[in-house]
Amino acid sequence: MYAFKYHRPGTIRQAANLLAKNPEAKIMAGGHSLLPVMKLRLAKPSDIIDIGRVEGMNTIELKGRSIVIGALARHIEVANSKTVKDALPALAEVAGMIGDPAVRHRGTLGGSLANNDPNADYPAVVLGLGATIITNKRRIAADDYFTGMFSTALEPDEIITKVSFPLAKKAAYQKFRHPASGFALVGVFVSKRGSDIRVAVTGAGSNGVFRVKAFEEALKKRFSPKSIEGMTVPADGMNTDIHGSAEYRAHLVGVMARRALAAA
Amino acid sequence: MAAVSITVNGKAVTGDVDPRTLLVQFLRENLRLTGTHVGCDTSQCGCCIVHLDGIAVKSCTVLALQADGGNVLTIEGLAKPDGPLHPMQEAFRENHGLQCGFCTPGMVMTAVDMVHRLGNELDEKTIRHELDGNLCRCTGYHNIVKAIAAGAKAMKGYQQPA
Repeated sequence: MYAFKYHRPGTIRQAANLLAKNPEAKIMAGGHSLLPVMKLRLAKPSDIIDIGRVEGMNTIELKGRSIVIGALARHIEVANSKTVKDALPALAEVAGMIGDPAVRHRGTLGGSLANNDPNADYPAVVLGLGATIITNKRRIAADDYFTGMFSTALEPDEIITKVSFPLAKKAAYQKFRHPASGFALVGVFVSKRGSDIRVAVTGAGSNGVFRVKAFEEALKKRFSPKSIEGMTVPADGMNTDIHGSAEYRAHLVGVMARRALAAA
Repeated sequence: MAAVSITVNGKAVTGDVDPRTLLVQFLRENLRLTGTHVGCDTSQCGCCIVHLDGIAVKSCTVLALQADGGNVLTIEGLAKPDGPLHPMQEAFRENHGLQCGFCTPGMVMTAVDMVHRLGNELDEKTIRHELDGNLCRCTGYHNIVKAIAAGAKAMKGYQQPA
């Protein structure tokens, strides 16, 4: 790890001021996305701004037809929340599938989304539900938020404070897990909310999370695995690494989408 | 350098650390509590698991400064040095839940956390699922699972010595 200065501001406003003053600074919440890449020297922040203890940022509330979750909510809190389990069980299931128990004790919703790892689970549910990212400055629709691998629409001094997930009649997530890391080799989240049908894929694309419009079109007639039987996505633009080829990942997208539809 | 103060195994400790210092480094190198191991250093193997404010965390992926003001329990703090073993440690001994012992401190700390969260009656499926973040590369999981089930039962009514 490269050397950095450490700050622990008491409020998001203070954290944003520190960010604005230090262009190479990074926000840290649970540290379970950022610390690993710092250890590999893939990230070299000049300053770490630890917001992990800012109060009141891990709330989980049902607001009308949405669940609003604070950015500092840990995966275990989302996975175990009665509110989430009752109103949007697919979201609780996604949170409960991230990493392992000790990782879920530290990792946060906001941290995962700010990092936008191409194999992370939360981007799939956020895009797959059409959630809204709420920052200290504005609200960003999921469709505008993810801008590529490890890249988001967040401005340099912008901090995620909450995420608003719309409730969906039908929703489910299925992932093909990398056995050691728990990350998604391919993960597919499907949802149906009125006429809005979404299929979001994580782990597969070399540009991060994406929607499969062809599947969504086919599912308009009937939201069922049969509607996309035999369908697949082009291997172009899929990740290739020692864990799986682009063709293999492309194939898995269809398989996991059908499994998710069967579970929804 | 930055000042850090943590309560470790019931004792208040302070240190002056480089901000890069991981909690596991602070425990092992500053405090010489070498029961907490570094296996993979990539938050996968679970050998470094300690309890931070009552919950199991991978101390290779926590900065010592993130634990500032917190309460840490390591394998050394489970039982008194001159007293009997903690029931979970005793269950690992009794069931031969270890071979080389490298992963054992993390296994035991995970097991105790499991009992705190899920209670004293743990079935095999639950235990195997919950051991997702703890890797053993030699003895295999069979006796570890047996040890955790027995240790969980034995922990009924157990009070952690202060």
